[in-house]
Amino acid sequence: MTEILKADNISKTFKLSAKQRRLEHTDTRVRVAVNNLSFTAYKGEIFGLLGPNGAGKTTTLRMLSTLIKPDSGDVYINGTSVLKNPEAARKEIGFLTSELKLEELFTPNYLFNFFSDLHRVPQDVREQRKKYLFEKFGIDKFAEVKVANLSTGMKQKISLVISIVHDPDIIIFDEPTNGLDVLTAKVVTDFILELKEQGKSIIVSSHIFSLIEKICDRVGVIVDGRMMKCDTLENVMNGKSLEDRFFEIYAEGKGNEK
Amino acid sequence: MKNGILTIFKKELMRFFSDRRLVISVLIPGILIYVMYSFMGTALSDLTGVDEDYVPTIQAVNLPESIGSLCESAELSVEIVDSDEIENCKTDIRDKSLDLLIVFPNDFDSSVKAYLTSVDFTAPNIEIYYNSASTESQSAYMTVTALLDAYESQIANVFDINNSDDTYDMATEADTVAMLFAAMLPLLLMTMLYSGCSAVVPESIAGEKERGTIATMLVTPIKRSDIAVGKILALAVIAMISAASSTLGTVLSLPKMMSEVYDDISVSIYGILDYLMLAVVMISTVLLLVAIVSLISAFAKTTKEAQSLTTPVMMIVMVLGLSGMIENTASQVLTTYLVPLYNSVQCMVGIFSCETFVGGVAVTVAVNGVLTILCVVVLTKMFDSEQVIFSR
Repeated sequence: MTEILKADNISKTFKLSAKQRRLEHTDTRVRVAVNNLSFTAYKGEIFGLLGPNGAGKTTTLRMLSTLIKPDSGDVYINGTSVLKNPEAARKEIGFLTSELKLEELFTPNYLFNFFSDLHRVPQDVREQRKKYLFEKFGIDKFAEVKVANLSTGMKQKISLVISIVHDPDIIIFDEPTNGLDVLTAKVVTDFILELKEQGKSIIVSSHIFSLIEKICDRVGVIVDGRMMKCDTLENVMNGKSLEDRFFEIYAEGKGNEK
Repeated sequence: MKNGILTIFKKELMRFFSDRRLVISVLIPGILIYVMYSFMGTALSDLTGVDEDYVPTIQAVNLPESIGSLCESAELSVEIVDSDEIENCKTDIRDKSLDLLIVFPNDFDSSVKAYLTSVDFTAPNIEIYYNSASTESQSAYMTVTALLDAYESQIANVFDINNSDDTYDMATEADTVAMLFAAMLPLLLMTMLYSGCSAVVPESIAGEKERGTIATMLVTPIKRSDIAVGKILALAVIAMISAASSTLGTVLSLPKMMSEVYDDISVSIYGILDYLMLAVVMISTVLLLVAIVSLISAFAKTTKEAQSLTTPVMMIVMVLGLSGMIENTASQVLTTYLVPLYNSVQCMVGIFSCETFVGGVAVTVAVNGVLTILCVVVLTKMFDSEQVIFSR
């Protein structure tokens, strides 16, 4: 197995403002979002990060995608440190999260070209890729319609397409089916599996057990910013349903905390 | 231009021109200023002005010889009527069929002479009936009272000032226009440059943060500095378009606006070099303003907050613009041009008063350029800071 992404003891804390402290009824001035977290993703596999809301999944993925820097530790993308060379790391990854929005005044066609320019995709490659992806997701009919006038599902499909304009080897999806109707969710899930077949490495975060169970080869369970379990899906499930195993692991995590 | 900068530059312009409302909001002030100022000028002119060819109808009772000849020299045609016609004349003035009725005392000329030599004598009274609701009557009234005032001071004066046909005011038309433009345009230009910035910069920087679209760009390999430079250049172009639109509106409407005071105002007194200098100063100023407003907008969490936070900048710009109106002549001291924004005002005053201080312009462009680069460096750091990008 070829190691393609490695999170090495990464930690992240956030300062809490007075207002946040008041709202969360706490006196502590910092919140530990991710605590010495390590895991490795291998080429051609789908790695799932499973955890409840607030467990630190999104913060972890933001560190992997270079949007934020770890306080300690480092992330290596194909051996490149995101701290030392973030621009090189960004070339290797595609990142999709519901937090990243598209300019609503632009058309899918313009956005595809714009992000292709940012990733320096050659013109001929760009046109071929646009045709393939637009047809695949049914965007071609809406290529010249402003994003503002499109449905939520279509916007999510465009976001997905935009995140992979440069055909990256590593694709990071943060809650990829969140807020989608069942049909669009299926299109996205099927596409993730197709990407795997193409030899891409995928990291997915979710709190939806069925999604993780359906698509992931290996799973990391995060509780309160700590990696509680990281193994193949089969080993993590240990003969039980993923949901049952998750609650056992979650209870262990909370117990250790006490 | 580097690839990344050009991509961001084009995207910013594309976003601006895709938003019809934004384009209209930026261009409309220029058109409005032109229409409004032209309308105001025409309205003022209509209010006080009378057709040059118009001959007022004036009637007089007991018109003395002295005043008769005076009216003749002023090309005022006065019809003499009897004193029993006074009431009819008043009715005609009310009906606007007559402009003016002047009633002199019976023995006006001798009464004037007697008044001048005796302290006990009462001054003769001239009664002038007119209709202030009629522009023609009002104008005739002002002409005649001015004529009589001049006559009155002439017969009592012991010495005269400029009492000949010679031209005493040595100011040329160009001087007058230069003085007027040097006083008015720096404030207008600075205000318009700032307005152009405030219309687009908070929306582009704080708006992108607020909408979450900037983070989408930050996960691509583009350098933060390219984003900062691309944005500042594109926003400066848009702000310049806005300022140019407003400036054009102002300059085109100024002659109409000031036509009551000055007969002929034209910007033709300035040469290509003046316009070139002005363009250089304006470009360097708009770049600095865009950079300053960008920094504040990057710090703000929302577009609204950015607009509030930039209010002090607007006040500073306006106060500095006003300083040009007060001083009216450009400083010749180089160190004055080290003060950002004030230096731009000084340059504009110099250019408009036809006394351009080239050294001052050079220092201004250099200072504004260095400060813009500094702002770009800080903005790049801010785009790299998660506290800034994700502060909502």
